[in-house]
Amino acid sequence: MWLIKSSIGRKLVMSITGLFLIMFLLFHASMNVAAVFSEEAYNMICEFLGANWYAVAATGVLAAGFIIHIIYACWLTLQNRKARGGDRYAVNVRPKSVEWASQNMFVIGLVVIGFLALHFLQFWYHMMFAELAEKVGINVSLPDGIASTHDGYAFIEYYFAQPLVVALYLIWYAAIWFHLTHGFWSAMQTIGINSGLWMKRWITASNIFATLIMLCFAFVTIFFYLKSIM
Amino acid sequence: MTQINSKIPEGPLADKWRNYKDHQKLVNPANKRRLDVIVVGTGLAGASAAASLAELGFNVLNFCIQDSPRRAHSIAAQGGINAAKNYQNDGDSVYRLFYDTIKGGDYRAREANVYRLAEVSNSIIDQCVAQGVPFAREYGGLLDNRSFGGAQVSRTFYARGQTGQQLLLGAYSALSRQIGLGRVKLYKRHEMLDVVTIEGRARGIIARDLVSGKLVRFAAHAVVVATGGYVNTFFLSTNAMGSNGSAAWQCYKKGAWFANPCYVQIHPTCIPVHGEFQSKLTLMSESLRNDGRIWVPKKLEDAAAIRSGQLKPTQIKEEDRDYYLERRYPAFGNLVPRDVASRAAKERCDAGYGVGSGLAVYLDFADAISRLGRKVVEERYGNLFQMYEKIVNDNPYETPMMIFPALHYSMGGLWVDYELMTSIPGLFAIGEANFSDHGANRLGASALMQGLADGYFVLPYTIQNYLADQIQVPRFKTDAPEFAACEKQISERIARLMSIKGKRSVDSLHKELGHIMWEHIGMARNADGLRKAIDMLKQLKSEFWSNVLIPGSGADLNVELEKALRLADFIEIGELMARDSLDRQESCGGHFREEYQTPEGEALRQDEKHSYVSCWEYNGDNEPLMLKESLDYEFIVRQQRNYKN
Amino acid sequence: MDKNINITLKVWRQKGPKAKGAFETYKLKNVSQSSSFLEMLDVLNEQLVSEGKEPVAFDHDCREGICGMCSLYINGHPHGPDTSVTTCQLHMRKFDDGAVITVEPWRSAGFPVIRDLMVDRYAFDKIIQAGGFVSVNTGGVPDANAIPIPKKNADLAMDAAACIGCGACVAACKNGSAMLFVSAKVSQLALLPQGQVEAARRAKAMVAKMDELGFGNCTNTRACEAQCPKEVSISNIARLNREYIVAKLKD
Repeated sequence: MWLIKSSIGRKLVMSITGLFLIMFLLFHASMNVAAVFSEEAYNMICEFLGANWYAVAATGVLAAGFIIHIIYACWLTLQNRKARGGDRYAVNVRPKSVEWASQNMFVIGLVVIGFLALHFLQFWYHMMFAELAEKVGINVSLPDGIASTHDGYAFIEYYFAQPLVVALYLIWYAAIWFHLTHGFWSAMQTIGINSGLWMKRWITASNIFATLIMLCFAFVTIFFYLKSIM
Repeated sequence: MTQINSKIPEGPLADKWRNYKDHQKLVNPANKRRLDVIVVGTGLAGASAAASLAELGFNVLNFCIQDSPRRAHSIAAQGGINAAKNYQNDGDSVYRLFYDTIKGGDYRAREANVYRLAEVSNSIIDQCVAQGVPFAREYGGLLDNRSFGGAQVSRTFYARGQTGQQLLLGAYSALSRQIGLGRVKLYKRHEMLDVVTIEGRARGIIARDLVSGKLVRFAAHAVVVATGGYVNTFFLSTNAMGSNGSAAWQCYKKGAWFANPCYVQIHPTCIPVHGEFQSKLTLMSESLRNDGRIWVPKKLEDAAAIRSGQLKPTQIKEEDRDYYLERRYPAFGNLVPRDVASRAAKERCDAGYGVGSGLAVYLDFADAISRLGRKVVEERYGNLFQMYEKIVNDNPYETPMMIFPALHYSMGGLWVDYELMTSIPGLFAIGEANFSDHGANRLGASALMQGLADGYFVLPYTIQNYLADQIQVPRFKTDAPEFAACEKQISERIARLMSIKGKRSVDSLHKELGHIMWEHIGMARNADGLRKAIDMLKQLKSEFWSNVLIPGSGADLNVELEKALRLADFIEIGELMARDSLDRQESCGGHFREEYQTPEGEALRQDEKHSYVSCWEYNGDNEPLMLKESLDYEFIVRQQRNYKN
Repeated sequence: MDKNINITLKVWRQKGPKAKGAFETYKLKNVSQSSSFLEMLDVLNEQLVSEGKEPVAFDHDCREGICGMCSLYINGHPHGPDTSVTTCQLHMRKFDDGAVITVEPWRSAGFPVIRDLMVDRYAFDKIIQAGGFVSVNTGGVPDANAIPIPKKNADLAMDAAACIGCGACVAACKNGSAMLFVSAKVSQLALLPQGQVEAARRAKAMVAKMDELGFGNCTNTRACEAQCPKEVSISNIARLNREYIVAKLKD
């Protein structure tokens, strides 16, 4: 199976799962922005994404995307470390044209996962997971002042009122931003949709895209924080 | 005197090669598999021969001293490769390429060989294109040509300034394919130290594994030497650091004749020497002379001011510049052959007009840039300009380049007959390692042509004429007494070198050799100087064998030992060059004897006395013997070379 | 203007592939800035030989930037701090008086050290042997002008073909990946009609060999391209990916 055995196949899997996750981020960002404008709209989406079979199925696919992306990342990194050989350079300089992110994708990825765990604990655990648990008779207790697992808006208000959480999320967005600026054009390159001319275009597109998405997330986060202190 | 049979086929010039092929003996496919051929070297000639022989079905053993076959020094050829395609409709033909090559070689090459070379030149281009060599093309998609020294037509095919690289990679890819298929066995980082003869025939080689330091024996039905030239005798040359004459020299010591050792080419456009630590010289492609104009100041005081740094070349007015090639040779101008251009530069510098350190002239692109625009010039020569800037730290788009002649190529080499076989049966020599096609001077873009002609289209035929008689001979074992004796001799030589433990490094002795060569056997030679040089070389030889210092061990990777083994041979080659130069009492091509020149300082040949190939035969510790192969021109009339009108 | 400088060299010395290596420090005085880096090493070796010590082993041959044999990792860069040059074209004017210069061999599992700064790059030859050619025998080919090739493609092929196989791309890559080298050959031949015939087979065979030899996976850091002395572009890697993926999808 060439997606496992060949280096380009493995990289292709990384690209495709990566692009898939990027699509999800795009969706998530748009959804968050909705919260700024309308509580009802946002909660409607939350309800839609509750313990419904289609939402659960989509979550499964999404999780699979994440897991494959992560497993392949670990695998590729191990292989690459081995390919570098036993001795390391005593002096090593990163050339100007090499992005810092590109050489640290795995580490950035780890940071992203770390915050992802926090995010899951805060939101998903209390929402979709809680609903699912309820169906098998387990009760997940919600944070103080939040009545329903569907009330996503309340969750946002609750968490983004805490300065520490806000700061952690902003760091997280920065990490994702770094990951995306390289990941997006890199995926295009790996799939082979690239050339001398398109290289510049894709890199610019990566930067703009990553910045836009992360600004959306950051905007929502900061908006609710400001809202809480005003 | 031994009658030399160069085996030129009968018939009119244009039919000789076809006649030969029509009547030569061939080996049938089943028998080819049972025949082993050793090819030493992986340059254009070696790689193309090894690949072509393997494609035919022979079992090939291929050797190179570098870490990969792709490193061979053919890779450094920049300008291009000639072929008589006449794609430019400018009147080219096989005959004209033949004629230009014979004339460029100052009428010291064999007619039949050169005609064959011109004849197969077209097939080379076809072959290379089929291999995926990215030659320069016009917008219409067809191949582009440029002009080169010594020709009035544009017949040079090129791939930017990296033609040699692309052609070599083409041959290397063909060779790699055969290695992958298991038909060629490659031995990298292996250096041939001797050829083994059994009953007078070449039957194998002894090589040193340069990584382990071990001597290894290899047997075969025939041995092909494609090990390049010997101009590193001069220490400073455009050859690679590892280029050496040792393989050919060992063949000579086993009885193969060494032909025309005095013919070496001094290339006019090299970057001048910068200091005493200089290890090699860098060539700037001859193609630069297409658009660059060569000049020195007209006034001695201007030249002196430039040398002392008071004046810049751009400050010299047009009327104060001496475009001496255009002045002396109006018909060919800056595109005169290399030997002529080199001597003219030396003449100006000797007269005190040199710039830089005094040993340099200008190659100026100001005209070309204003005529064609900087972009076109950049497209044509960009990589060469960049290389120049990196080395000299001067921008050639703004100030003219400085150039000076440097040793570049050896036209002389192992004597071979029409079949490319040396005087030892079963031992063949191809490419620069042989003497065959360039006479006394090689034209630009002809070395690549000859290397590939020999390897792709000549040797794969002619070697069969020899091998056809060898099909009954079973595979050899390397435990024959001849192999043992040969190996013993080499280990003794290595042991002796290692035991000297003197005071002088190999390089310091090599530099000394280079000084003697440049001073007395360089661009201008005379009888007194040559005699002096022979004495000096004898002294140097005894100094080497009594005072060289080689650290480390003989049975291990030892770069100093590798260099010492080569230097020992270079010193002897230098001596033979001096002898040959002394014998050749005329000036022709790359060999210029001060005693023989026209009143204007042009080379003066002595056709009645010297139209022969000098073939030197090793004679142990005594002086070598010289045999003469007479060069009787049947088809063209010799003339004094004229590039003036 | 070039002057003479004093430098300190930290050179990696290693007896053999299995032996443990270490840095040795050497001081050199009055090095001419117009000499090349390798000429400076010649001076060092001359000094070592005169002391009866073994000289530093390093690969080099043509010394004009085309054979691809020289392979030193200098102050954190393959082929040193200058751009678009090989080690042999690096000149001492790139260093200041008093500079400390660290010289290391290419470090990659694919290129084991032979001695000191000399590494074994035969893996590259093996990759070419697996498919880096057009399968034509000598003779029997059409006229060179029989198939016109658009100048643009010929030029792109030439850009890719400029690769000298020095291995700086692998040395520069934190993943020890050989993709730039492989893609340069695949691109050159895929861009020309002569090579197009077996393009799919070639891409598959060369990538399989590259993987088999233990080179790493490309993560598009672009370090290879930045350090390539011949400025081979990673757009060739994109082309290789394309060729390879399409070939695999067709299977």
